[in-house]
Amino acid sequence: MTLTDIKTAPPTALFGIAVIALYILVALFAPLIAPFGETEIVGMEFEPWSGAYPLGTDNLGRDVVSRLIWGTRNSLGIALATTVLAFGAGAGLGLLAAVTGGWIDQLLSRLVDMLIAIPALLFALLLLSIYGTGIVNLVIVIAVIEATRVFRLARAVAMDVVVMDYVEAARLRGEGLGWLMRREILPNAAAPLIAEFGLRFCFVFLAISALSFLGLGIQPPTADLGSMVRDNAALITFGDITPLLPAAAIALLTVAINFVVDWVLHRASGLKD
Amino acid sequence: MTDPLLTIRDLRIEGRQDRGWTPIVKGVDLELKRGEILGLIGESGAGKSTLGLAAMGYARDGTRISGGSITFDGQELMALSERRRRGLRGRRIAYVAQSAAANFNPAHRLIRQFAESPTEIHRIKGRDETEAEGRALYARMRLPNPGEIGFRYPHQVSGGQLQRAMTAMAMSCRPDLIIFDEPTTALDVTTQIEVLAAIRDAVREFGTSAIYITHDLAVVAQMADRIKILRHGEEVEEQPTRAMLAAPREEYSKSLWAVRSHEAAPRPAPVADETPVLRLSKVSAEYVRGTRVLRDVSFDIPKGRTVAVVGESGSGKSTTARVLTGLLPLSTGRVELDGAPLPDRLAGRSKDQLRQIQMIYQMADTALNPKQTIREIIGRPLRFYLGLRGAAQEARIRELLTAIELDPDSYIDRLPGALSGGQKQRIGIARALAAEPRLIVCDEVTSALDQLVADGILRLLRRLQEERGLSYMFITHDLATVRAIADHVVVMQGGEVVEQGPRDEMFAPPHHPYTETLLASVPQMDADWLDHALARREGR
Repeated sequence: MTLTDIKTAPPTALFGIAVIALYILVALFAPLIAPFGETEIVGMEFEPWSGAYPLGTDNLGRDVVSRLIWGTRNSLGIALATTVLAFGAGAGLGLLAAVTGGWIDQLLSRLVDMLIAIPALLFALLLLSIYGTGIVNLVIVIAVIEATRVFRLARAVAMDVVVMDYVEAARLRGEGLGWLMRREILPNAAAPLIAEFGLRFCFVFLAISALSFLGLGIQPPTADLGSMVRDNAALITFGDITPLLPAAAIALLTVAINFVVDWVLHRASGLKD
Repeated sequence: MTDPLLTIRDLRIEGRQDRGWTPIVKGVDLELKRGEILGLIGESGAGKSTLGLAAMGYARDGTRISGGSITFDGQELMALSERRRRGLRGRRIAYVAQSAAANFNPAHRLIRQFAESPTEIHRIKGRDETEAEGRALYARMRLPNPGEIGFRYPHQVSGGQLQRAMTAMAMSCRPDLIIFDEPTTALDVTTQIEVLAAIRDAVREFGTSAIYITHDLAVVAQMADRIKILRHGEEVEEQPTRAMLAAPREEYSKSLWAVRSHEAAPRPAPVADETPVLRLSKVSAEYVRGTRVLRDVSFDIPKGRTVAVVGESGSGKSTTARVLTGLLPLSTGRVELDGAPLPDRLAGRSKDQLRQIQMIYQMADTALNPKQTIREIIGRPLRFYLGLRGAAQEARIRELLTAIELDPDSYIDRLPGALSGGQKQRIGIARALAAEPRLIVCDEVTSALDQLVADGILRLLRRLQEERGLSYMFITHDLATVRAIADHVVVMQGGEVVEQGPRDEMFAPPHHPYTETLLASVPQMDADWLDHALARREGR
């Protein structure tokens, strides 16, 4: 994707790119932007919106704006790490299964079928209650679950590429597995995988938020968007929309990513070729 | 009734390119009387399919009809609403596409698809009546078992039968005009002759007008009353078929004619006691245990010579190539490279043995990785086999591009997508040459190309052979190609070699019966050839 591509992008994609860029900036420069520290108690509980605390304070008297900024940083960082891990494992094994075929393919595919058969959220809850909560466990558990979905897509896309004559030509040349996967197949399977990366990122983000909401995700006092909704949920009964703001932040990012993904998919569907 | 059925005047069609529109058809006139068949010839990109579709008032996605008029039976199609035009399609104007397999719905039986247009779309007939007509049409198209074949699914009948079923389907509403877009291009010669005869008889019987689009002159000579030649979206010339065959007026038409009769000069037989580059001795192979697809195949490929392996699809010629490249392990027999036995599995062969045998593919589109530049495609075997890097590699790539008659400066950084079909095939040749092989296996390398382009490729291969002492194994079903390039011919049928020998002996009688059938099925540039060929078949 080059600069000229971005120039021809539709307005929805441009909007998406702008929003994503904003989130990344906020995440990177959180310590500079946030008016208060992540866990700093600055006032009374549930203070209303005011000049000093633009969005008020939360159930422990922490500044909501600062919590939102830190929460974005934490949730985004963890989601990104999880997605990268899920893609590394899922796409790598998917390509391997497609290229080698035979029993390796059977073994990997059946294993993935087995994991997919278990409902994702239940599976995550189960694993987290066995191995304990914690950021590392959280990342690994969600990555394993998401990797199964990535595996299926990567294998299916790679299957279409494997039958091409240029892959046969490379095999006849005597090229090894690494070359076949990295140089012949991956570049031709990249477009749908990139689009999938965006979607998976959304799902991971939502999964982490959901687990945090249930209390099994990121543990207090660390700020994250999911647990912020839960902590302040009581305010909703008083007609205050503050607890919905972190939820809105999640929704906005999800929508923005989907706009960009739609555009990438549209380009990859070959309308330009 | 003397009014023409279809009149096209100054038709202009444009295609979307980046953000602008470029002309595809540039002001073509066309007139078709009732019951007449017009042949449209041209290379790919000449605009013949686009023009054929425009005769239905239809423009493909990404194209638009930008000017001119199309009058069908007194109605101006361009002035009609899309709804009215849709009412004509299928009912009064029908279309038969090149690949019947891709145009049938695999989930429905043939007769159901036959009946769809008259009973469900246009609602002009009842189902029972239509299905009875379908069986009659299947019989007329000389399909085996016409009463029963309609109940099969598309994958249960052969390619030639499917193409005939498709023609029958086009005739289901008794249209006034049928557009045939390369209906026999994907078929074997022996199947093609049956389809041609069936189409011609049916069209004559019902007095249907037709536009027959093809790039094969000999085929159109059998079918058409008049021939129109297109090039770059413009008409080159139009004449009645016999006049056109006897005396084409334009230079371009003459060049098309000349290609058909191209023949290589015979070369002296190879020295008898010299070790052949490749020797297959009694090779058998199977995909599934117990069902042999190759049986005792033996032949030699001498140094610096071309061996053509000829046969219909399913004859085992591509399987033979898979065996000698190591993709399919053989079950019995042996393959020798330069007198030394060649391990039968790809993994067992040394890098040097792999280098000696290179391959060029039929579909240049899928043979080149679309994400690699020409430099990477040709550079890889140079580095992989010969260890060339940096400046030495760059110099060799340029040398190879010059050898295949492409300008290095303008092509070296391109992606395959920015090349024409013929240029892609040349890059495929350069990639094979880069390995400095002894033998190149050419799998139908010209069958996807236009005649003039294919002729260029054959000349190039021949020149490279003479310069570099290469041996070729040439897999083809086109006997004109065999004439143009081969020294030695191997005829295969059902996984066995039925006859082999020097080219000139193979083209002169007496023939093996199967070779005879193959030879007799190749369309000739003679308007009466089909009649004669059919008469000979009946006589036998």
